[in-house]
Amino acid sequence: LQGGNPTATVIALCSMRDFNLAQETCQLAIRDIGCLEVLINLLDTEEIKCQIGSLKILKEISQNTLIRHAIADLGGLQIMVKILDSPDKDLKCLAAETIANVARFKRARRTVRQHGGIKRLVGLLECISAGSTGLTPYQAKDTEIARCGALALWSCSKSIKNKEAIRKAGGIPLLGRWLRCSHANILTPVVGTLQECASEPSYRLAIRTEGMIENLVKNLSSEHEELQMHCASAIFKCAEDKETRDLVRQHGGLQPLSVLLGNSENKELLAAVTGAIWKCAISGENVSKFREYKVIEALVGLLTDQPEEVLVNIVGALGECCQEPINRSIIRKCGGIPPLVKLLTGTDQALLVNVTKAVGACATEPENMMIIDRLDGVRLLWSLLKNPNPDVQASAAWAICPCIENAKDAGEMVRSFVGGLELIVNLLKSKNKEVLASVCAAITNIAKDEENLAVITDHGVVPLLSKLANTNNDKLRRHLAEAISHCCMWGSNRVTFGETKAVAPLVLYLKSNDPSVHRATAQALYQLSEEPNNCITMHENGVVKLLLAMVGSTDETLQEAAAGCIANIRRLALATEKAKYG
Amino acid sequence: AAMSRKRLQQLVDSLGRSAKHFNKREVECLVKLFDTLVAESSSRFAAVGFDRNMFRDTLHSAFGMTDDMIMDRVFHTFDRDNDSCISAVEWVEGLSVFLRGTLEERIKYCFEVYDLNGDGYISREEMFQMLKNSLLKQPSEEDPDEGIKDLVDIALKKMDYDHDGKLSFTDFEKAVRDENLLLEAFGPCLPDIK
Repeated sequence: LQGGNPTATVIALCSMRDFNLAQETCQLAIRDIGCLEVLINLLDTEEIKCQIGSLKILKEISQNTLIRHAIADLGGLQIMVKILDSPDKDLKCLAAETIANVARFKRARRTVRQHGGIKRLVGLLECISAGSTGLTPYQAKDTEIARCGALALWSCSKSIKNKEAIRKAGGIPLLGRWLRCSHANILTPVVGTLQECASEPSYRLAIRTEGMIENLVKNLSSEHEELQMHCASAIFKCAEDKETRDLVRQHGGLQPLSVLLGNSENKELLAAVTGAIWKCAISGENVSKFREYKVIEALVGLLTDQPEEVLVNIVGALGECCQEPINRSIIRKCGGIPPLVKLLTGTDQALLVNVTKAVGACATEPENMMIIDRLDGVRLLWSLLKNPNPDVQASAAWAICPCIENAKDAGEMVRSFVGGLELIVNLLKSKNKEVLASVCAAITNIAKDEENLAVITDHGVVPLLSKLANTNNDKLRRHLAEAISHCCMWGSNRVTFGETKAVAPLVLYLKSNDPSVHRATAQALYQLSEEPNNCITMHENGVVKLLLAMVGSTDETLQEAAAGCIANIRRLALATEKAKYG
Repeated sequence: AAMSRKRLQQLVDSLGRSAKHFNKREVECLVKLFDTLVAESSSRFAAVGFDRNMFRDTLHSAFGMTDDMIMDRVFHTFDRDNDSCISAVEWVEGLSVFLRGTLEERIKYCFEVYDLNGDGYISREEMFQMLKNSLLKQPSEEDPDEGIKDLVDIALKKMDYDHDGKLSFTDFEKAVRDENLLLEAFGPCLPDIK
């Protein structure tokens, strides 16, 4: 290789390929005797046959991680990028395929970008047959070049900056054009790249607007499982957006997804499919379709014995399906409640968030609630309040609300959790807004039982709630106000709320745009206004004008509360006048 | 003396059929080129065709070839009737494969070039001959021939499928179909892409 002219070199290069280049000992031997430098030097010549021969070897051995790093260290990537400009088609393909192998680590991907590699790779995707879309490229060679380009882009696209670079180089419409052809060997890297990039909103938008959802759906029915998986993955990521969820349904994508649930052997595929179903189920119309296709039953059937990446999605999907009340019954009827409750004992945070949500959604049906209670589900939810992850805490607290609402002897049940009430009251010290809102909601439910309200009062719930009053967060405001209005119904809590300065901030809530905040606040103020000192505070803070406007609302609860509050203030004012002037 | 128009027409017609990769217009151009080159030369065969030297000059100036031995063998392959002279017909038919041959045609062509004694086999000695000057750097103590012998061994190991110590046409064809780079294994005898 080193001492020969091109003729001798080519003979040597061809013979080298007879070694088992896939074997690590062989690959490392090549590196250790300094052969890698020779091979890379050959790339830098103008001898096309030598370049081809060398790349054939480099392509094989770069499957090895250590070799990849060595090739990058020796400046091999820059040379390969230059070779992409060559008019020789075989050479271009080999260079792209080798780049695809080497660019499997971060530094290499950066190097490719810094030397103009992304632009050139995108260039490989350009169809010679310019013109209308939907044409299958007429030359196998051009398809091969595009395939190799796509493979390289796929590897490179794992870096965020490269995703951006691909987009800037006009890669998206080109990928979209190839998406319409029917050869699996080029479809796979194209969809692989799109799916990888779909984590970026700009790509999701383009995928939607360039009409790619239709093709992704079509290829869900491909014979090739890897291709199916990448399509499902892309849909999983893109279905964050409502328009995409609608497009998937309109192009008939929900049925193939449902069918693919039957393939439970291929775990990667199953994870992608269940993920796609989960996100699509965020839209109610899709949930109806899924019910038609008996997806709920299939999902429940998969609830045991799957790896966590799959379970997270299955449970997420079931949670979303519970939007439709009838599905909550279906889950019960096919025995879905026990496995869900069992999953509450797990440790994976993402899974726990989804499980608590699903259990909470199921708990809105009294019949489901009986089963959950029998299986100790509420106690399990309650102990998740101790989980260090705030997302889990919040999700558990949200789920506890319907449990209390729908359980028989809810008050008794809550009391039975040793230290439970103290625990939840103390969560009011959290810094996380979602946790606070959810805990307030739970406390609202707890406080409906008088005995429990007495207990949480003892645990200091009133000052803790008051401390939270100064907030602009509408979600928190609403649930906080609800909690306050329910906690007013015990002992001298109304007075304490006034003393701990909860009243004035509440008045400000009436300036929010959110009608549910108005309603909750009006109710709280009404309750607080039973205490004269609070009336004075409210009046001083200009509550009357704000409440007067709400007396005319179409929301009856709001009307009543607003009117009741104003009435109390007025009554106090009249009594004061009478006392003063006789 | 240049050919008469009628004769030219007849020639072009028959070549248009036998040299499959050229159309009639291209054949006509090649024949005219042939005439021009022949007229320029000073050889006594001028009226009839290319002699060895002229052909070598053409290969060199048009295609950048430099290896004398190989060029000689190319001449031999073009010269079908073995009269040491390349006629217009041999010129056009030879170029058909040389410039635009299918893989199959080129395999046959290269094998013929490399089979120095025409016995249907490329022998070890023939390989040695052709690769004699292909090693540029040699450690000084080592006998330069050793390096070439090693190279010949490598080539045989790669291409000698029936293990008889020499390359038959079948061996050669199989090797090239398996790895296209080996088509010109023993020296460049086809035009460069550049």
